[in-house]
Amino acid sequence: MNGFEALVLTIITASTPLLLAAIGELVVERSGVLNLGVEGMMIVGAVAAFGVAHVTGSPLLGVVAALFAGVAMSVLFGVLTLNLMANQVATGLALTILGLGLSGMIGEGFIGEPGQRLAALHIPVLSDLPLVGSIVFSQDILVYASIALVIGTYHFLFRTRSGLILRAVGDNHTSAHALGYSVIKVRFLAVMFGGACAGLAGAYLSLAYTPQWVEGMTAGRGWIALALVVFASWRPNRVLIGAYLFGAVSILQFHAQAAGIGVPSQLMSAMPYLATIIVLIIISRNVTLTKTNTPACLGKAFVPDR
Amino acid sequence: MRLVLEKRAEHSRLMTVVSPLLAIGLSLIAGSIMFVMIGVNPAEAIYAFFIEPLTSTWSLEELVVKSAPLVLIAVGLSVCFLSNNWNIGAEGQFTMGAIFGSIIPVLFHGFTGPLALPAMIIMGALGGMFWASIPAFLKTRFGTNEILTSLMLVYIAQYILDYLVRGPWRDPDGFNFPESRLYEADHTMWMLGDGRMHFGAIFALVAVIAVWFMLTKTIKGFEIKVMGQTPRAGQFAGFSRKGIVWFSFLISGAFAGIAGIVEVSGTIGQLTPVISPGYGFTAIIVAFLGRLNPIGILFAGLLLGLSYIGGEAAQVTLGMTDKTTSVFQGMLLFFVLACDTLILYKVRLVKPQPTAGGAHERV
Amino acid sequence: MRKLSKIAAAVSLAMGVAAGPALAEDPLKVGFLYVGPVSDFGYSYQHDQARQYLEKEFGDKIETTYIENVTEPADAERAIERLARSGHELIFTTSFGFMNPTLKVAKRFPDVKFEHATGYKRAKNVSTYSARFYEARYVMGQIAASESKTGVAGYVAAFPIPEVVRGMNSFMLGAQSVNPDFKIKIIWANSWYDPGREADAAKALIDQGADVIVQHTDSPAPLQIAQERGVLTFGQASDMIKFAPEAQASALVNDWKSYYKNRVEAVMNDTWESSDTWGGFKAEMVRMAPYANVSEETIKLANETVAKLEAGEFHPFTGPVMKQDGSEWLKEGETADDGTLLGMNFYVKGFTDSLPN
Repeated sequence: MNGFEALVLTIITASTPLLLAAIGELVVERSGVLNLGVEGMMIVGAVAAFGVAHVTGSPLLGVVAALFAGVAMSVLFGVLTLNLMANQVATGLALTILGLGLSGMIGEGFIGEPGQRLAALHIPVLSDLPLVGSIVFSQDILVYASIALVIGTYHFLFRTRSGLILRAVGDNHTSAHALGYSVIKVRFLAVMFGGACAGLAGAYLSLAYTPQWVEGMTAGRGWIALALVVFASWRPNRVLIGAYLFGAVSILQFHAQAAGIGVPSQLMSAMPYLATIIVLIIISRNVTLTKTNTPACLGKAFVPDR
Repeated sequence: MRLVLEKRAEHSRLMTVVSPLLAIGLSLIAGSIMFVMIGVNPAEAIYAFFIEPLTSTWSLEELVVKSAPLVLIAVGLSVCFLSNNWNIGAEGQFTMGAIFGSIIPVLFHGFTGPLALPAMIIMGALGGMFWASIPAFLKTRFGTNEILTSLMLVYIAQYILDYLVRGPWRDPDGFNFPESRLYEADHTMWMLGDGRMHFGAIFALVAVIAVWFMLTKTIKGFEIKVMGQTPRAGQFAGFSRKGIVWFSFLISGAFAGIAGIVEVSGTIGQLTPVISPGYGFTAIIVAFLGRLNPIGILFAGLLLGLSYIGGEAAQVTLGMTDKTTSVFQGMLLFFVLACDTLILYKVRLVKPQPTAGGAHERV
Repeated sequence: MRKLSKIAAAVSLAMGVAAGPALAEDPLKVGFLYVGPVSDFGYSYQHDQARQYLEKEFGDKIETTYIENVTEPADAERAIERLARSGHELIFTTSFGFMNPTLKVAKRFPDVKFEHATGYKRAKNVSTYSARFYEARYVMGQIAASESKTGVAGYVAAFPIPEVVRGMNSFMLGAQSVNPDFKIKIIWANSWYDPGREADAAKALIDQGADVIVQHTDSPAPLQIAQERGVLTFGQASDMIKFAPEAQASALVNDWKSYYKNRVEAVMNDTWESSDTWGGFKAEMVRMAPYANVSEETIKLANETVAKLEAGEFHPFTGPVMKQDGSEWLKEGETADDGTLLGMNFYVKGFTDSLPN
């Protein structure tokens, strides 16, 4: 394995959980709901994935469990914010507190146990090609899923009728309601999709990134995912760019350190955050693009007036 | 038959009182189930959580110490949120306030006397305002979304603090351990009582009253609310959109900055790599739990403070883990938020009726 | 009832010595404060293992309590005071960051005994204790240099504090005793505990030519990477062989059991005095986990060094040792004094990076 290949593989690993969580949250926000509980859903996904894989010996079942765990958490959020009209920001933050605690409780039995690793796919011939073989054709299913989700989401949002309805609900729920669409139903489905994606992101952490369970192992990645949605100005293709930009800068700063560059390590560690801000400033100078993509009803509760 | 929510014409005063009580009641029931499941006597657990912290002066004072920064930051944030500015970086502004305020006790520790502490507090406020002005500037100048910038600046502020206490601001007599020197008596926050309670509580109270007054009695308060709800109408009324962005960011930055320096000089007594258990983030919950109303925020801050102090008490007296505590805390928050619905909405039973637009409902 | 018994306890505490015999029947309450979760399988986990050992060893005569995940000094002070107020007579505060909070509370509770790990401030009722982990790191250096083909080790470090720098230097001296040209590449993760970052750092180090991974961070993530990439590695704080069955050469094991047992006995026998303990292999505070995945000769070399350390015949920092810039630090045969080691903020000769300051 040459240096470049290894570097790219490391960047893919660092970026995938961010991408998975961010693409889910993007759909949620496009429907007009702000769920700040990504970190909480992600960590419950991580512990569910680890636990089920550990008990059954099947990482794939772990992935499925994480998906359902993420959805379960998001349903809790959905009932509170969509049915009971609770404040979305506060509910999302409470979801994070709950998720961190719950995962810690569930995970107490898994301390010091190495996990099952999600196997990389091996496609005959293709996987053995030089360079592209390892980078493009030998990833695990979650990496492919993350890319597929970006493409699928793009297609769904901008090329299908359902996507149009979802965006309409996010942009103007009153009109969408007047046209006869069930705002609550659309939003609920979007929230559940977001939960599923966050669960998968958690599964990636505890099955592929570092196959182990430790308390708080998401280490703030849910927050980064939230920021990336904003960074992307709610466009799926830009989430892809943002996640990989963030992942690449995080990894490159380690390489710079290992090469013995004489800069304070704190500055190096702050690089991904600085880079994201700077790129966002450059992007946001195109005001019309940002404006047209921001869901106008983001974070606002919808009450049907019949 | 199904349940629907119907918006009330006005807030239900009855429910404003009943809802928190109902929420606490429901949390107690749900919590008891959980405690039984993990093998803890629910009566003892609830006593440890809610009663024991209120039975001694020491823990009442500790409750104030814990709640004061939450209330102070949340009150500032409420101005932001009411005017529709999404400042979620109070944690960074808190950190910057602590750093700026600490310039005096760390670099100019010879500067003592009665003016030293007020100077530190002003520096702290300026530090928080400086850090909050970055997202404000980027938003007004380039239209950059403040959610991302304010959040990213949290991490950057923490790295700056980390760099300082491990590098240039390290205690010269501290064997190169990552801590600043301990602050002189003149650089320590004025104390109230003989425990750890300090003047920070007064700042929080003043902030609550001042912001309550501003929001309800002044034209500025009106401006904030109008610009938050219908910015277009506000602009017709001659209010400046950029002005309100700057105003709300600076005020919340100043409050968070003061909270930062007060915490460092009052409770900790030096700069260390970690100075906050996430006060800036928890304050966001406090702000919304208090319904963005300063008086509500005061109570919400105390409730959250109580759940932390009580959780710790439960760890010691019952050997519960801190995981149980945060699950219980999460449940409590959920119930409070859910029950608040009753203040604005009525629950009604309705019979299903044939809808004319049924075809449209398929999505 | 509850309240009454509390009042009774408070009164008897206030009466101090007079109430002594009456209380002798009660179990000794011992409190612990951890910086991480006990589930970290690293630093806090090992302290908790020792706490559980106390429970087993002393049975009814002891009652232990712990508060975990306390990261911030203001919370720490309250947690320590809570332990002191609830009748704990001996309190272990197990992280450096608890130093000043421990001293503040100790002043208010002169009858409670405090034990602070890894700090340097003591009082009449505050002892300090730490382990000479660097001794184990010297052995690790010898193993690394004996087994490495590229002559480069990758070091995943948390923060440039004396504890970490000391370990690096000791590792380097151990490695140089086998291969004088041995090199170390360093990544500062700026975190004690973030599996993802630690794994990324380990990968970057391997990609840049390291074929041994050493860590001074808490999670087993770097071991898993070493296992995956087929390079040698070492467990941190506890034996982590499960995470790297084909890659872990050994592990630096923190063992607090005997120290904690001694201190509890001292309190029970009324012989407790404020002291400063800094023990290594000899004091059984540091151990090497069973060797694996290395050659017989390497094991022999490691065993010899450990035997000398256990007997107290060898100090890893024995001259001649030069500082990074080539200036002399220790003369032939001279050993480093504890003061310099405690505040160590320089590299020895052989490092290519400059130490972040």
